[in-house]
Amino acid sequence: MSTTSQTQNLTLVQAVRDGLYTEMSADEDVIVMGEDVGKNGGVFRATEGLWEEFGDDRVIDTPLAESGIVGTAVGMAAYGLKPVPEMQFSGFMYPAFDQIVSHVARLRNRSRGRFTCPMVIRAPYGGGIRAPEHHSESKEAFYAHEAGLKVVIPSTPHDTKGLLISAIRDPDPVIFLEPKLIYRAFRGDVPEAEYTVPIGEAVTRREGSDVSVFTYGAMSRPTMEAAEELAEEGVDCEVIDLRTISPLDRDAIISSFKKTGRAVVVNEAPKTGSIAAEITAIVQEEALLYQEAPVKRVSGFDVPYPLYALEDYYLPNAARIKEGIMETVEF
Amino acid sequence: MVSIDIETEDGQKEALRRMMLIRSFDDTAGTLFADGEIPGFVHLYIGEEGVGVGACAALEPDDYITSTHRGHGHCIAKGLEPQSMMAELYGKRDGYCNGKGGSMHIADVDAGMLGANGIVGAGPPLATGAALSAAQKDEDRVALAFFGDGAVAQGQVHEAINLAATWDLPAIFLVENNQFGEGTPVEKQHNLENLSETAEAYDIPGFTIDGMDITAVYEAVQEARERARNGDGPTFIEADTYRFRGHFEGDQQPYREDDDIQEWQSRCPIDSFASRLVDAGVMTDDEVESLRAEVDEEIAAAAEYAQNADEPDPTEAYDDMYAVSVPELTMFAGRSVRADGGSPTNTDQ
Repeated sequence: MSTTSQTQNLTLVQAVRDGLYTEMSADEDVIVMGEDVGKNGGVFRATEGLWEEFGDDRVIDTPLAESGIVGTAVGMAAYGLKPVPEMQFSGFMYPAFDQIVSHVARLRNRSRGRFTCPMVIRAPYGGGIRAPEHHSESKEAFYAHEAGLKVVIPSTPHDTKGLLISAIRDPDPVIFLEPKLIYRAFRGDVPEAEYTVPIGEAVTRREGSDVSVFTYGAMSRPTMEAAEELAEEGVDCEVIDLRTISPLDRDAIISSFKKTGRAVVVNEAPKTGSIAAEITAIVQEEALLYQEAPVKRVSGFDVPYPLYALEDYYLPNAARIKEGIMETVEF
Repeated sequence: MVSIDIETEDGQKEALRRMMLIRSFDDTAGTLFADGEIPGFVHLYIGEEGVGVGACAALEPDDYITSTHRGHGHCIAKGLEPQSMMAELYGKRDGYCNGKGGSMHIADVDAGMLGANGIVGAGPPLATGAALSAAQKDEDRVALAFFGDGAVAQGQVHEAINLAATWDLPAIFLVENNQFGEGTPVEKQHNLENLSETAEAYDIPGFTIDGMDITAVYEAVQEARERARNGDGPTFIEADTYRFRGHFEGDQQPYREDDDIQEWQSRCPIDSFASRLVDAGVMTDDEVESLRAEVDEEIAAAAEYAQNADEPDPTEAYDDMYAVSVPELTMFAGRSVRADGGSPTNTDQ
């Protein structure tokens, strides 16, 4: 990672915008496209000012047609452009699901490497904003299940810019899911210059020896809160922010687990079939003899993402995370 | 038998009342949302009342409709009760969907309302299916899909029209062209001068009408319904209208000019219909105003009801997932509430 003394204090959504600006300035093949991304600057303002700076050809307002947007991006990517389509909410991606699974993910393999499909499909995801279903759900496991895609979920402004630049430069397609709950929740230092954060590398947010807590996205904050509170109670948690859920950083997962022998996975996706199950399987396969307790999943539940009255029961919070950790520690 | 016969004076008054009810409902919903009372997102129908009421008036009570994310107006036009709708917006147990759907997902089987829909363009295929069901069962019912100009760019809308046209189904495809797909003008999203030209591709009748004129909408839908029930297949209607508010409440609307809004507001479907009724001697100005006050009172009462209604119990999140529940859900539901009333526990999740 390159560094610079010049930093800005940005929110996560501003870091998205900064990452896009940086790569669009550096590479004229990078094209932003999507619903209201141009003159309006995006429904969450993630593309604010890009249309004024780069014009109609580089920042394309599209009709409301997710399948068409992503399908078009496949053709663009195959023939020399680097499209960065925005899906307004991750819950609006399903019309494009066929394009993503059937073509974006498979073009390279199907053509035996003759074609590639370098694109970044950006979408805000996750809950906590008081809206139900499509506007709040966490379905990252759909994309992690499809070989050929990379799935990135940042949790800090710094990682957001660095990972987005990596994603745009990646020779393969990346699903870039942005935790909209923390789009503006806090600010962080972000270098003005270009830099990259590598895809597929987890980061240790807190070192500890009693239990490994794996998380990503908006759940990183309540997880850290839980870990700090538990530290005062004498439990030393290691918190790993995965940052990329496909490919998973298996080495980071396994080495932390071998150190602590206990694991908790925190995410807001429905419990059954989520990425937490994959992490559980990895530690079982790779480090069974180090295991001191069952792996605990603190997650959402197997229901459509509920409207606000039930949201507080659905979304894991620090109290629930602490309980999950203690159950594992006290096993 | 149409739902509201606007050939009669009583029907005209009822049509006016319905439009006022929608206006008042959405004005109130906008205010409550701004006050932080209503969660999530709300998309208001203000300015488009003539389309919803004109269309639903021409349908028979048993007919089906599908709606959009901007669906409050369609619900009221189809006869849903503002009180249960407002409770749904608040996420309360007494709402049409027991507080699980919110503003964008109100549905009512009894009223033939197959649901508002958070996904742009998702309604027309459902209408095609409802029409197929009516045809198979030999019922005298039609299905009308409301959708926006933005949805005309979605593939599934075209798939739905093609099926309905090919199978001569009793369906009506009604585009509410409110001039903007979210925040982008219609001419930047479509290559057609009139969206009704879409009909030519499917060899079905297509018309563009004035959506600010409730009578024009009523007549067009009545004719389309006649065609549908005679086995002559679907009709594509484009109603030209205008969204007086933003795409969603809170939308900064950098994409349009005040002059345009004012010009369209001068053609307000409610005011223009009211003056026609006054001119024709059907109502006096005073009667129009007292009707408005009556409607405002009804909506204020609906809001108060919703504010005081009960929230759903956390365990209700697991209801209605399957006809017969599955072990995971039974397990989640049994352990979803802490003894102290806080968030659910993880124990044996």
